[in-house]
Amino acid sequence: MTKLDAKIPKGPLSEKWTNYKTHQNLVNPANKRRLDIIVVGTGLAGAAAAASLGELGFNVMCFGIHDSPRRAHSIAAQGGINAAKNYPNDGDSIYRLFYDTIKGGDYRSREANVYRLAEVSNNIIDQCVAQGVPFAREYGGLLDNRSFGGAQVSRTFYARGQTGQQLLLGAYSALSKEVGKGTVKMYTRHELVDIVIIDGRARGVIMRDLVTGAIERYAAHAVVLATGGYGNVFFLSTNAMNSNGSAAWKAYRRGAFFANPCFTQIHPTCIPVHGEYQSKLTLMSESLRNDGRIWVPKEKEDAEKIRKGQLKPTDLPEEKRDYFLERRYPAFGNLVPRDVASRAAKERCDAGFGVGNTGLAVYLDFADAIKRLGKKVIEARYGNLFQMYEKIVDENPYETPMMIYPAVHYTMGGLWVDYELQTTIPGLFAAGEANFSDHGANRLGASALMQGLADGYFVLPYTLQNYLADQIRVPRISTQLPEFEAAEKEARAVINKLLSIQGKNTVDSYHKKLGLIMWDYVGMARNREGLRKAIDMIQELRADFWKNVKVPGTNEMLNPELEKAMRVADYLELGELMARDALMREESCGGHFREEYQTPDGEALRDDANFFFVGAWEFTGDNKEPALHKETLVYEYAEIKQRNYK
Amino acid sequence: MDLTLKVWRQANAKENGRFVEYKVKGISSDASFLEMMDILNEQLVTEGQDPVAFDHDCREGICGACSMYINGRPHGPDKGTTTCQLHMRRFKDGDTITVEPWRAKPFPVIKDLVVDRSAFDDIIQAGGFVSVSTGGVPDANAIPIPKRKADLAMDAAACIGCGACVAACKNASAMLFVSAKVSQFALLPQGRVEARERVQNMVAKMDELGFGNCTNTYACEAACPKEISVANIARMNREYLAARVIAPND
Repeated sequence: MTKLDAKIPKGPLSEKWTNYKTHQNLVNPANKRRLDIIVVGTGLAGAAAAASLGELGFNVMCFGIHDSPRRAHSIAAQGGINAAKNYPNDGDSIYRLFYDTIKGGDYRSREANVYRLAEVSNNIIDQCVAQGVPFAREYGGLLDNRSFGGAQVSRTFYARGQTGQQLLLGAYSALSKEVGKGTVKMYTRHELVDIVIIDGRARGVIMRDLVTGAIERYAAHAVVLATGGYGNVFFLSTNAMNSNGSAAWKAYRRGAFFANPCFTQIHPTCIPVHGEYQSKLTLMSESLRNDGRIWVPKEKEDAEKIRKGQLKPTDLPEEKRDYFLERRYPAFGNLVPRDVASRAAKERCDAGFGVGNTGLAVYLDFADAIKRLGKKVIEARYGNLFQMYEKIVDENPYETPMMIYPAVHYTMGGLWVDYELQTTIPGLFAAGEANFSDHGANRLGASALMQGLADGYFVLPYTLQNYLADQIRVPRISTQLPEFEAAEKEARAVINKLLSIQGKNTVDSYHKKLGLIMWDYVGMARNREGLRKAIDMIQELRADFWKNVKVPGTNEMLNPELEKAMRVADYLELGELMARDALMREESCGGHFREEYQTPDGEALRDDANFFFVGAWEFTGDNKEPALHKETLVYEYAEIKQRNYK
Repeated sequence: MDLTLKVWRQANAKENGRFVEYKVKGISSDASFLEMMDILNEQLVTEGQDPVAFDHDCREGICGACSMYINGRPHGPDKGTTTCQLHMRRFKDGDTITVEPWRAKPFPVIKDLVVDRSAFDDIIQAGGFVSVSTGGVPDANAIPIPKRKADLAMDAAACIGCGACVAACKNASAMLFVSAKVSQFALLPQGRVEARERVQNMVAKMDELGFGNCTNTYACEAACPKEISVANIARMNREYLAARVIAPND
């Protein structure tokens, strides 16, 4: 069994990253020009990495599936980005951000990585401001902060409700600057179909040009995957339609271990599901929980009347409402972490107190905040979110409480990486949501943007250099090598197979079925029996897919149905691995809630004696059971406690 | 509701396109416009026909991918709304809806409703950035910026790069898009350092790529899903004038 070495630098926690940087190997400027790096993905992590590596003088090729790098899904992040600046003077520090992140992740993330993340968080804000990112400011001209779930300080920087957009446009501008200079070559509308391994190292990729269908080969000295998460395995999620897990999955199939696949974040504040034709779910930023109060009726009869439209929520008097988060968690109230808030909402709805015509919704009410602060202030803070809500639901949230329900939002799991963000395949790195590293079993709000940019701007430019320092004698790699030939052939075979089936069911019909299995059995609450059932059902569905799917058209054209089919084929394998991982982890922690393991009052019950490890899975062949490897977590600094937000 | 769709079909950039009529039935008024298009495509795939290609991604109105010309208007009838945020409750049972791609020479059709907007990336690459590298920058609070200016910069930065402004303009001018980026940086001290070069380089690239001139009809502002103001065009003109004419050596 491979021993997983996280390569954590020696020394006290606060000195590890400095020690690493002081002692790492560097590449001189003349050699940098001769070294090629492939970056796949143009979101925060990918664009930041490609730009920074280009600035250093490496020869970078950057690939994205969209028509422009600016459309990567980081663009949709709303609320903000955390940093330990302590500008509000409310007691924040690097250590506190580190500790909150470790605790928020329910003690399943790696100490050294998280500390480094907290450490570079301040550099990120400086960098973004220097790029001209228009963060919100106070009247004195300095930066404004707000609070977010899982923290008792205000450390979140934001740009209205469009923080992700502004940060991505900052990274995109840096990337564009390098593309203009010629240090980065940008390939848009290109999707990864395989990774090429030569002598055990990642040496290139096979890409499909989404416009022409051409299968192309690209070689490099190192490959970075910054391809995001796999939340769309659930079909309905807050992810963009084209977000997918296929690049990470190809890496897994080529030997990279996949860590904690079952750790999925279900976000509490999303617009509830309304119909079968629905294509995606819309997030309402967590920042709304700063001023909104979450409630359901205290009496089941009232809930039923509301569901039938016989009673308006605004007519229900205060004493007949149950502000269940404030009741259960007085210390954090409506600002408990996402996993806790989501489960509490599900618990109320399952118990029959849900609202909306499906009964699968709770209220997020701004009436008190509007009374306290005035409509103008609320409009300035959340105007665009309220407008979006009204567009979708056709109700005015200034007048009647919003309805929300949890939805799949983020995947903490991903490719296993060491401290250098290198996967188990030498030369293959993973950054941002595509890796598993920093959020443990639950990510805190406003930390995804922080991690993506930390990885891209401030970690990879160092660690990749350390790897490439002993590659300077390796000449440019030829794409004519047999490994490229073989990978291309395999990719073509999969495409031809998909196009040749010409069955009777559309790709989306399979994706929707898979999504329902995942939501019912591998969603917010899981149990042994359900997970076993899910594995069987997914295997059956997968077999049916390869017999009866219908993919129209040819490879040699813009063919969105073929793109979807290739991704769904991977989801049908990934979903099973998620279920296996959830079945293996016989404890509840963070976003992973096993019904068998809970406290008498329904809180998650961790088992540190048996599950204080990262579960990393190794591919062993098609339709074979994957092999589990454990990276035992070592906590030297953070005190491990039962999470308590009461 | 039951609807008739007249959709522009074009196999690729070289072939001629044409309108094709389709019927969709039983569409919920709560469905989004793109969900209605999904239903049409499911229907086409099941019938063994080629589904309609269209760009889309976030379906939250922020990525800027969606780009349909609906009943003669970019992104359809609603003000300040992208196609993905347009809902079927805006239409009536029995309506005929015409759907076309962006029509502008610098945005050639790739297939059906998908156009090539890489010209926008080219313009940004010509100067839509502040030339700072990663690391070695001052503390974020070292540069106080008046809230008023930061807010105006944010208004301009809200552009999603969808290209509706170009599609709406009879000259296919990209002035609103370019001026939004020029304004964002011109308003901020970080961007002032290169303001002069930036505006000249971006305008030169815009002209080179074949975008037309601005004749102040404000069609761009009316079509913009993020309601970017034409005041940005005035600001860009002033920047350009300052750089080229008033004080070229300043």
